[in-house]
Amino acid sequence: MNYQFDFESVLSYWPMFLEGAGTTLQLSFWATLIGFVLGVLCAVARSSGPAWLRKIVGAYVEIIRNTPLLVQSYCLIFGMSSIGLRMPIMVGAVLALVINIGAYTCEIVRADIESIHKGQLEAAECLGLTPTQVYLHIILRPAIERVYPSLTSQYVLLMLVTSILSAVGANELFGVSNSVQANTFRNFEVFIVLWVVYLVLSALVRGVFWLVGQFVFVRRRKLGTAL
Amino acid sequence: MNIQQFEYLIQGAWGTLLLSCLTFVFAGMLGMAVALSRVSPLKPVRLAASSYIQLIQGTPLLVLMGVCFYGPNLLGMNSVPALFAATLALTIQSSAYFGEIWRGCIQSVARSQWEAAECLGFGRAQRMVLVILPQALRIATPPTVGFMVQIVKNTSIASLVIGYAELSYNAKILNNSTFEPFLYFGCAAALYFAICYPMSMWSRKLEKRLNAARGAA
Repeated sequence: MNYQFDFESVLSYWPMFLEGAGTTLQLSFWATLIGFVLGVLCAVARSSGPAWLRKIVGAYVEIIRNTPLLVQSYCLIFGMSSIGLRMPIMVGAVLALVINIGAYTCEIVRADIESIHKGQLEAAECLGLTPTQVYLHIILRPAIERVYPSLTSQYVLLMLVTSILSAVGANELFGVSNSVQANTFRNFEVFIVLWVVYLVLSALVRGVFWLVGQFVFVRRRKLGTAL
Repeated sequence: MNIQQFEYLIQGAWGTLLLSCLTFVFAGMLGMAVALSRVSPLKPVRLAASSYIQLIQGTPLLVLMGVCFYGPNLLGMNSVPALFAATLALTIQSSAYFGEIWRGCIQSVARSQWEAAECLGFGRAQRMVLVILPQALRIATPPTVGFMVQIVKNTSIASLVIGYAELSYNAKILNNSTFEPFLYFGCAAALYFAICYPMSMWSRKLEKRLNAARGAA
């Protein structure tokens, strides 16, 4: 192997990488936040909504989970512009990600909601809790607490797949790296740099989720009680 | 959409299936090695396997695609066929996931089975092959089929860096010349769905059956 590695010329573009990483995090943040809300609402609808709503949500989840994100975003972004609906690329990208991650969140949360023990619900009823209270405190909150590790992995994966949105023109980390490649012709080095940056980003996202978990799920921190 | 365009889409779907099958075969072998290394009695082997998993799972598939596409050039390969690079990248990525999935399955075989095998005087390899793996296989089938769906979906990315002609690539080409995104990407999505949905259902059925068998035991 007589290849001369040249990381210097690639790394001199670090402000671009930094900006791209910022955009990636921004995309992931909004997609995570809105996607989580959408997913939980869908999970609630799918496990205790009226029959027609359950069917619609079920179809949504199956369609999204059985088609690739790339095709979904092509459909959404190119489709929207073909019918004259113009929106900033960041909005479109977040929308595509939200639609995608909402389905995955729904499936994760729903599976746990449905596995809740009947005795829990009866006990809650005996304590005189209203149906809303039962839903919030007995079903939803513990369910989310239990699936929090799976959700974390799913959202780290979400951060990684934002790179796919570069294919529809989002200027996030991967999209930015395309222009660095075009400027330096150092494709391999660019990919190695990307690899390292993404490793740091996924550690960062994991850390943030751990920290949020520490604050949100106080019970686990204080008592160490079994879930 | 005329018949030629439809044929072009179907051609793309073949590309997708071919890439998925190749990936499944190679990633299965490599993933098995990763899983066995993860439960190895030797600490350095375990450590190596888990860092491999961390390293692969912490980066997007697109980056792996790029490395596998441009990397072989540096090692002296002059032209890297798109199918080779795509299979390599997908194999590396999927093997990390398979390794992690199968490690869980191996470790979820009841402790007493491991001990019983030891009591019968089986060696380490015998215990793994004759006692643990057959039982782990049953547990592993549903998540493995589930992950095959992921592989099929992940092949769509092979069109981006590498330019391998699979379903979403062909759909994009058709859309570029006609600009009817809903039609072509809708059809592509439908084809993906037709491939993935039966597998998803199968995985769910297997899981239900497994749960029932475990509940009865």
